[in-house]
Amino acid sequence: MGPTDAAIRPAGSARPLAWLRANFFGSIPSSLMSLALLAALAATLPDLVRWALVDSVWRTADPAVCRTAGGACWAVIGEKYRVMLFGTYPFDQHWRGYAMMAIVLTLVGVSTVRRLWSGALLIAWGVGLSAAMVLQFGGFAGLARVPTSLWGGLPLTLAIFLGTVLGGFPLAVLLALGRQSRLPVVRALSIGFIETVRGVPLVNILFVAALLFPLFMPAGVNFDKLLRAQVGMLIFFAAYTAESVRGGLQAVPHSQYEAADSLGVSYWERTLKIVLPQALRIAIPAVVNDVIRAFKNTSVLVIIGLLDLLGGTMAALEDPRWTRFYVEAYLFVAALYFLFCFSLSQYSQKLETEMKTGRNY
Amino acid sequence: MATPGTNPIVTFDGVHKTFGRFRALNGVSLSVGRGERIVICGPSGSGKSTLVRCINRLEAIDSGRLTVDGIDLDGDVRAIRAVRRKTAMVFQSLNLFPHLTALGNAAFAPESALGLSRGEAEARAMRYLARVHVLDQADKYPGQLSGGQQQRVAIARALAMEPEILLFDEPTSALDPEMTREVLDAMIEIAREGRTMIVVTHEMGFARAVADRILFMDGGEIVEDAPPSAFFEAPRQERTRAFLAQILGH
Repeated sequence: MGPTDAAIRPAGSARPLAWLRANFFGSIPSSLMSLALLAALAATLPDLVRWALVDSVWRTADPAVCRTAGGACWAVIGEKYRVMLFGTYPFDQHWRGYAMMAIVLTLVGVSTVRRLWSGALLIAWGVGLSAAMVLQFGGFAGLARVPTSLWGGLPLTLAIFLGTVLGGFPLAVLLALGRQSRLPVVRALSIGFIETVRGVPLVNILFVAALLFPLFMPAGVNFDKLLRAQVGMLIFFAAYTAESVRGGLQAVPHSQYEAADSLGVSYWERTLKIVLPQALRIAIPAVVNDVIRAFKNTSVLVIIGLLDLLGGTMAALEDPRWTRFYVEAYLFVAALYFLFCFSLSQYSQKLETEMKTGRNY
Repeated sequence: MATPGTNPIVTFDGVHKTFGRFRALNGVSLSVGRGERIVICGPSGSGKSTLVRCINRLEAIDSGRLTVDGIDLDGDVRAIRAVRRKTAMVFQSLNLFPHLTALGNAAFAPESALGLSRGEAEARAMRYLARVHVLDQADKYPGQLSGGQQQRVAIARALAMEPEILLFDEPTSALDPEMTREVLDAMIEIAREGRTMIVVTHEMGFARAVADRILFMDGGEIVEDAPPSAFFEAPRQERTRAFLAQILGH
């Protein structure tokens, strides 16, 4: 064996060892921590695997089968997913929910490709969202009308989420601009709105929207509860996102304002064409954070009796035969939430790198 | 060549401007004739930048009277906008709009402030990019350009307003020496066209070549106001002589 071989061969087998040493046993505290974690894994992993995979039941219509097996009862998902996904929406109309979700998710998916950003895409959004609304509401084109009180599950979650973000974001930009306005009244109103809403828990706002608000309305005037909840979610999102946008606005150098001013353009031209394009780009990570939070916040709707995805799951578990398998059901819902939120965060990271490398700006 | 005082396009009359307790302009009176090319120099803090920044109202004056092309800059918003459309400024800090191409930078204000169509504004922008020899960079973003190219695009952006008055606030002091040359060359070419120019700079070669009058400022006051020959050969004030000795390096 030549010296070269000796130099190469151990390297191949030593590399993982070296990696292990560098990352897990680099120092005494690090080694102790690694050993402790290994012990914890050894204590829990076998039972977890047995519960989730070995003793689990994947398909059965009979809960008794699950009970005797002793492991995870994934069958609850197969038995109950329709209620989880659609809540109290009429069972024979669930296809409308699927269609609505397909339209919305396709729109979102297509919109992630920057090359496709165009006027046509805006029109597609308009058409798609209208179609989604028609599918959900019905009472049109031969579709049975479904009152909003029966809406539920993932379509409800998506509808509220999209309404919150699409309606809340422009409001957030206006509030952020208002907060920087030279007009004292505009500034005071913006700050007052933002700080009031930020100072109150979301649950509180939803209670006001759902329970208190109708009491103030004159008799006979009543807004849809879903609409009220939507407005509550929207203003909550807008107040937080306004602060994220403000961060972006403050990061645009003063010299950019001066350059625009020196050219004699109006406030709105300066704001829309010079300041906001730069500010929003800076604000993207923070805004995506707000968007992810808005998605998760939809789960609070269950408190005022709207059966969103989480609410649908709770409703599904009211069936006494399956109610004991709530862990499996909640894990499934958690996976769905994770899928959405993780995709959003991955997309924002991709967007950031694209914008950093793309054409030097 | 216009004579000072005849047909003035800019007049300062006893103008004061303070920042906190700092007196940036201390009773400045000045008359700039139409088509005149004025170079302003002076030590830092002498008020020279403040003076030009008052002309397009990036700074508001505290007292006195300032008139630009017959418009009284008394704080009226429409008057300010009107003056800003008659003037254009090139800054020290190369502040182009980083999210727009060179073409987009130069076409922005003609379209947004002057109301030209997109096509007219871009044609005009191309014309002025060509004038300062950066037409081949029209589709690039500022981040892709050298400092000298950026500053020439900034000059094209200012020219595209076809302003009555061009204001330069130390346009070369943020640039490397070799880039300074190309920017000054572009400015000298423009100076030949007879537009009113007010230039804050320490480039005395440029001043000698194009200025009708050179102003020396110190302590918020105009200390010396003379044509280049008199300014360099026979400055009347001791402070001017000291300053010249310093910047000419002898």
